Amino acid sequence: MTAQYFMPTRLDEALGVLADRPASILAGGTDYYPARGRQPEPRDLLDISRVEGLRGIRALPDGNGWHIGAATTWSDIAAADLPSAFAGLQSAAREVGSRQIQNTGTVAGNLCNASPAADGVPPLLTLDAQVEIGRAGGTRRLALGEFITGVRQTALAPDEMVIALHIPSPADRAASAFHKLGARKYLVISITMTAALVSLDANGRIAAARVAVGACSPVAQRLHALEADVIGKRGDEITVTPDHLSCLSPITDMRADSAYRADVVAEQAKRVLQQAVAAHG
Amino acid sequence: MDKRAGLDPLQFRLNGRTVLIEVAPDARLSDVLRDDCGVKDVKVGCDAGDCGACTVLVDGAPVCACLTPARRVERQQIETLSGLVKNDSLTRKLAASFEAHGAAQCGICTPGMIVSASALLREVPEPTPDMVEDALGGVLCRCTGYRKIIDAVVSTHREPAPAPALTGPGHTGAAIPRVDGNAKVSGRERFGDDVAPPNALHLRIVRSPYHHARFTLGDIAGWATRIPGIETVLTARDIPGRNLFGVIPGFIDQPVFAESTCRFRGEAIAAIVGTAEAIAGLDLSGFPVTWTELPASLTPQEAQAPGASLLHDGHARNVMCGGFVSHGDASAGFDGADVTVAAEFSTAFVEHAYIEPEAGYARVADGRVEVFCCTQAPFMNLEGLMDILALPRSRIRIRPTGVGGGFGSKLDLTVQPYLALAALKTGRQVRMAYSRTESMQSSTKRHPSRISARIGADKDGTLRAMQFDGVFNTGAYASWGPTVANRVPIHASGPYRIPNYRAEAQGVYTNCPPAGAFRGFGVPQSAVAQESLLDMLADKLGMDRLDLRIQNALENGVPTVCGQVFDTGVGIRACLEALRPAWQAERQALAANRLPNGLLRGVGIGAGWYGCGNTSMPNPSTIKAGLTADGTLVLHQGAVDIGQGSNTVITQIFARAFGVPTASVRLLGGDTDFTPDAGKTSASRQTFVSGNAAQRAGEGLRRQVLERVNASETAQISLEQGLIRVTDEDRTHDIVPAQLPTDEDGYVLQAEGYYDPPTAPLDKNGQGAPYAQFGYAAHLAVVEVDPAYGTSKVIRIVAAHDVGHAINPLLVEGQIEGGVAQGLGMALMEEYHPGRTENLHDYLIPTIGDVPPIETRIIEEPDAHGPYGAKGLGEHALIPTAPAILNAIADATGVRMTELPVTPARLRAKLRQAGHG
Ligand SMILES: Cc1cc2nc3c(=O)[nH]c(=O)nc-3n(C[C@H](O)[C@H](O)[C@H](O)COP(=O)(O)OP(=O)(O)OC[C@H]3O[C@@H](n4cnc5c(N)ncnc54)[C@H](O)[C@@H]3O)c2cc1C
Repeated sequence: MTAQYFMPTRLDEALGVLADRPASILAGGTDYYPARGRQPEPRDLLDISRVEGLRGIRALPDGNGWHIGAATTWSDIAAADLPSAFAGLQSAAREVGSRQIQNTGTVAGNLCNASPAADGVPPLLTLDAQVEIGRAGGTRRLALGEFITGVRQTALAPDEMVIALHIPSPADRAASAFHKLGARKYLVISITMTAALVSLDANGRIAAARVAVGACSPVAQRLHALEADVIGKRGDEITVTPDHLSCLSPITDMRADSAYRADVVAEQAKRVLQQAVAAHG
Repeated sequence: MDKRAGLDPLQFRLNGRTVLIEVAPDARLSDVLRDDCGVKDVKVGCDAGDCGACTVLVDGAPVCACLTPARRVERQQIETLSGLVKNDSLTRKLAASFEAHGAAQCGICTPGMIVSASALLREVPEPTPDMVEDALGGVLCRCTGYRKIIDAVVSTHREPAPAPALTGPGHTGAAIPRVDGNAKVSGRERFGDDVAPPNALHLRIVRSPYHHARFTLGDIAGWATRIPGIETVLTARDIPGRNLFGVIPGFIDQPVFAESTCRFRGEAIAAIVGTAEAIAGLDLSGFPVTWTELPASLTPQEAQAPGASLLHDGHARNVMCGGFVSHGDASAGFDGADVTVAAEFSTAFVEHAYIEPEAGYARVADGRVEVFCCTQAPFMNLEGLMDILALPRSRIRIRPTGVGGGFGSKLDLTVQPYLALAALKTGRQVRMAYSRTESMQSSTKRHPSRISARIGADKDGTLRAMQFDGVFNTGAYASWGPTVANRVPIHASGPYRIPNYRAEAQGVYTNCPPAGAFRGFGVPQSAVAQESLLDMLADKLGMDRLDLRIQNALENGVPTVCGQVFDTGVGIRACLEALRPAWQAERQALAANRLPNGLLRGVGIGAGWYGCGNTSMPNPSTIKAGLTADGTLVLHQGAVDIGQGSNTVITQIFARAFGVPTASVRLLGGDTDFTPDAGKTSASRQTFVSGNAAQRAGEGLRRQVLERVNASETAQISLEQGLIRVTDEDRTHDIVPAQLPTDEDGYVLQAEGYYDPPTAPLDKNGQGAPYAQFGYAAHLAVVEVDPAYGTSKVIRIVAAHDVGHAINPLLVEGQIEGGVAQGLGMALMEEYHPGRTENLHDYLIPTIGDVPPIETRIIEEPDAHGPYGAKGLGEHALIPTAPAILNAIADATGVRMTELPVTPARLRAKLRQAGHG
């Protein structure tokens, strides 16, 4: 076994490694190690945790939105001082696994791992996140919905890596929420989870809404029909119908059966919307 | 930038010192810390971030070392428990608080807990319980039920640190901290995987990927020679003795290595022995084996369907064996009853999920094989190995290590035969630790059950009759299945007077991992049925559910369903009465308040009883003690402490009997060369049976001391600087042990205590005296249900236990809280499926956020046979919990759940059927 361990401090070096050879990218390692188990690693390892400029969430100048570096951990997100539109993402951050997992696991790793139950995806879908992808000699951007292409599948080519997420500036005073349903308090993979981002008009009615659901389809989905129907409603007027959920295709697994998922996700979408509305105070 | 990094040395700070070391590029930090740096206080429980036992601080932040690439910590600061205890006064205070609160039981999760809590306390010196839960949510504990851990962390800031209460003699009745606690809270305790020398060979078992398959082995020798570092490969052909093991005579049916057929997924077919590197890099995909998958039966229904293949010769319809109790005339009893309730129940496979996977090492010394391992039963292990290895007793030695949780599953042989065979064949030291997955695949489980039961009563609530039929999935091999089949009919009545009774239990072989001993041996399952039916009966009669139980509770002088009569010590009524204040207060609160957000709240009660020791069989313990020439008092304590506290309890009993403070006793563990057989740690027998042996040993040694100086029975003995001083009223005698001759063990005086509980065989109707004592328990649970989601949250438990005499009230609470957590898991989330939940990610046990505050009520109805009146407790602790929770859910929702665990999906489905929107 001749695998090597690369821990570059500059992005061009990291991209250079990927250009030269097939390598396994290691961010937090919290998905990587459990998946590998006791199997030896046949490929070289590229550790991106020390690449300068890759860690942290910050506002871009001139209202150009927000930047989340690919090495940003869940703990970084949870601890950051962010506008209320990020409350859902921060709530997801605090519910990923445990402190240990949050301290090393990254937001970008969560997306690249592309689990249907990845807690980061619904809140980032409601934030309209864009994924910045880099390779030696260039970068490209994809909407998050296009980046994740299937169960454990992304649009990444072997010589590419995620560099950052970009979040367009949320509407002033938009507020968000995230609800996760699991069978125990900590260290639990979601049975279903839902995120909502809401803006209200002057009368306290919903002016704009984005809702996304995870663990009920191969890739988390925005509920566009519901988003349209709640416009003009107060929190207590929200109802969720089967039509709103027709884009979902929940499966049966160890955690729950498909009928249960389909049933509770309606309630979850209602509650998370109501919480996002209530967050406007 | 790092080039050829695998060849570059890695440098980091570890517990205040600089480490320079070469590591493989893909090495995990946990392995490097343990194996290369010798920091064994970093525990590996799952290798997947699911248990948190390996938590270390990297630049101050808690992370799982098993998910951290070793190469990443270049120039970083690593702190582990042993270093924190040495260098950080805050951690020292925290560790002292853990000890004082009894927050460490087996101790395997303790490093992860204390390291995580240290990080919290550095930031927040006076955290709230919620903050503690958030900070420790990533560390699983299977022993304590977490509440004492929360208490320990929350109260660490209080000065002075709560001093271990070692002021008095620490005899029975005193809540002293455990005598072996300091090693556990400081990272010095050595468990199964911590004791092998650095150069030992490693062993990896090849297991069946199928539930049922035929196989043929190919050219193994040829395969092995192509892989550098492989020393040997063991198969069934390498077994000098009998290729079978088991625990019950007549049911020794499990091969060490399957020979041509595997009966469950995870069954061993071969073991590969080689250098650490060779085993770590092993790719088993080329292993020369050809599999033919066969149809498998995973449930008794499938195993008993027409055409299902038989797992074992001589077991028609795959029936392993059955148990039966009949008392009075059940059918006449039902005919005369005014009301009857009946229902069917099912419970799931439950995994023990101790945080320490099975591990050990073996070596050959002076022609003898020595096996170091985590075990609940060193002498049974030894006897099992005699058969397999075809060696006499004198050539085998079992050296128990610390045990990181057992709960029944570490009674059976696991790593021991493989290690012993490998050491004998290679002449080298050989080690292995099961991976979490192979531990879950191959170790024993709690039997899944399907129960159909019926209870009849008079209008006034007097129980008339009960019928019980239980089918238990015993898996591919017998293990302790016969014990479950026998115990269940004896206990299925619950602690009640039932004049007409008929109960049958049957164990059925399937292609599942063997179901064996798990805290309660089938009784937690039967209690679910029986206690649920009592609530249904009370409701049908319009009676108070607690009153119905109290009205029918067993009493002194009243025969059990086996016709056994106890003149003293029947404490169930007192346990139930102890719940009354909470029961009334909760019911009034429920009537008065409506909860917000559509939540539903309910309160439920469950009761239970459990016979301590083997069922109608000999079950002796021997405890030995001696005084050395320098005046040291040595206790050979062979009742293995798996976290429950026998090291402490046995010592307290012995010290009281001998008449010196507990602190002056030196303990010697269960090494089979030096310590007599104190039986297995199971059946809630150690406090009772080994406790009696310890009392006798103490009294015997005391008698010898007193006789030597002709002192009266009331004389005081003290051990002072090489002297044995006897003070008898106003006279003082000094015995100078150095002047006495020593025996072959090196003692100037020694005594052995032997105890075998008085039981009597059961007749064909199960009538007789199965146990010398029972312990009794009743729990109250308050549960909040979110009906739209089907989620249940237990918010309060009150647990009343009759322990006869609480030898150590702190340890009593610890047993109860841990049992409650396991009962809660069984009720709400735990469900093992072979091939589908073979890790702690998919198999859920309660976390620190799932166990509510637990209020313990200790009842002491002295037992006629127990040491100072004490009764066993280990298994009683979880029996009433699941029924109490189920009854609370029914109280909250009006829906009776009969299929365990009550997952959100199951409860929601029932709620929808019942018309909840
Ligand atoms: C005990 C435990 C509990 C967990 N609980 C949760 C939970 O509650 N919710 C949840 O959503 N997840 C959970 N996870 C999964 C995991 O922690 C998260 O998905 C985490 O965000 C992954 O990030 P990471 O940095 O650790 O990824 P890594 O393991 O480092 O990487 C994951 C995958 O993405 C690739 N990758 C990483 N970064 C990049 C990049 N920049 N460019 C290209 N490819 C990249 C890697 O090659 C790998 O294939 C849990 C995991 C564990 C072990």
